Amino acid sequence: MQLIVKGLSCIRGGRPVLENVTFTLDQGKALVVTGPNGIGKSSLLRTLAGLVHANAGTLTLKGGDEELNVGQQAHYFGHADAIKPALSLKENLDFWQSFYGQPTRTAYEALSEVDLGDLTDMPAAYLSAGQRRRLSLSRLLVCHRPLWLLDEPTSALDAASEHKLEILMAEHLKEGGLIVAATHAPLGLLDPDRLHLGREQIADPFVDETTALSDQPQESDR
Amino acid sequence: MSAMAALFKREIQLSVRVGGGALMGVLFFLIVVTVFPFAVGPDLNLLARLGPAILWIGALLATLLGLDRLYQADQEDGSLDLLLLTDHPLEMVVLIKCTAQWVATGLPLVLAAPLLSLFLNLEPIGIAAVTATLLVGTPALTLIGSVGAALTVILRRGGLLLSILILPLTIPILIFGVSASIGAVTDPAPFTTPFYILCAISLLMLIIGPIASAAALRTAQE
Repeated sequence: MQLIVKGLSCIRGGRPVLENVTFTLDQGKALVVTGPNGIGKSSLLRTLAGLVHANAGTLTLKGGDEELNVGQQAHYFGHADAIKPALSLKENLDFWQSFYGQPTRTAYEALSEVDLGDLTDMPAAYLSAGQRRRLSLSRLLVCHRPLWLLDEPTSALDAASEHKLEILMAEHLKEGGLIVAATHAPLGLLDPDRLHLGREQIADPFVDETTALSDQPQESDR
Repeated sequence: MSAMAALFKREIQLSVRVGGGALMGVLFFLIVVTVFPFAVGPDLNLLARLGPAILWIGALLATLLGLDRLYQADQEDGSLDLLLLTDHPLEMVVLIKCTAQWVATGLPLVLAAPLLSLFLNLEPIGIAAVTATLLVGTPALTLIGSVGAALTVILRRGGLLLSILILPLTIPILIFGVSASIGAVTDPAPFTTPFYILCAISLLMLIIGPIASAAALRTAQE
């Protein structure tokens, strides 16, 4: 399985936020997207998910399900936690598992992975910010999707949870998954490819639209 | 459990738990209808003539109450993004959400209508007629409201705009609903003709509502 992104461009609010982003991500590899605030990291992830319309370029997940687009084969883990406070932790997870299909773990197993196993039946309203984040993360564990799109996955997580996240990400990669993450965390376990979105990319959209502005991650020889 | 059954179950759970609007609508309906006789005075014949109109206006306003949160709650906590990342048609998701919304807020109004009709001195045949028109008419109100809710999904305090947008569109439902109810008790006026037109409007909205709401939600996502 391989994620191939060619010449991806996106305009939001009349302003180009992404221009000519090109990269290839091999099976079992992670891509870390870095760059200053407002450069379009989140927009890139939302465009990959198909939540934002791409004005140009192509997105393909080679070796994936031909019937589905990239977003439909991806877990999107954004800033919003998508947690319903009135439902218990288990009910929150069970819903996404039934809605997405392809179950892998039970809600209890997924919650145990993120150290929330003893809070299964508590309403999510009582969770702290970090616990909410972990509950949201466990959503990625209850059903299988090959591509994970993670937007600042480590925000609000303590050091232990951050390490746990690294382990979960490494497991996902080992099972042949792919990860695109916008993060500043070191992610030491993964040996990721890197994509740096630079300021020059959107500085003056009228000067030169042809230069490939993102650096191409080196093809890894796995 | 299939994806749509899971969605339906979640929507019902959310509306009957803390912060959900299931009971709110029917309580509001009760208050509005109870207040009317105090304003109209002790003229029982006048009350009986106004009865169907009072019940219909009460039902209309009560339906509007919870509608602004129909998609906004999911938009704010990020669930809406995740609901879009599947191959389930968005129109189907909208239809299920509307069905659950109607079961939680519209159906209680229909069930409460016979009881409240007694307050308004309606005769038994009139009570049956009002209840029947509410049963076939309130789904159309929910579906029209869904389009408004989808259009105002990203607006803070969109509830007011929602009312302004959709109240004019509900006028035909109000006209045929009330005239069918009056037709049942007044001799020359027919019951079936306006009742069938009301059914037709509901069926038409069953098609237009989900398609228009889904289109509005997709646009809002950009």
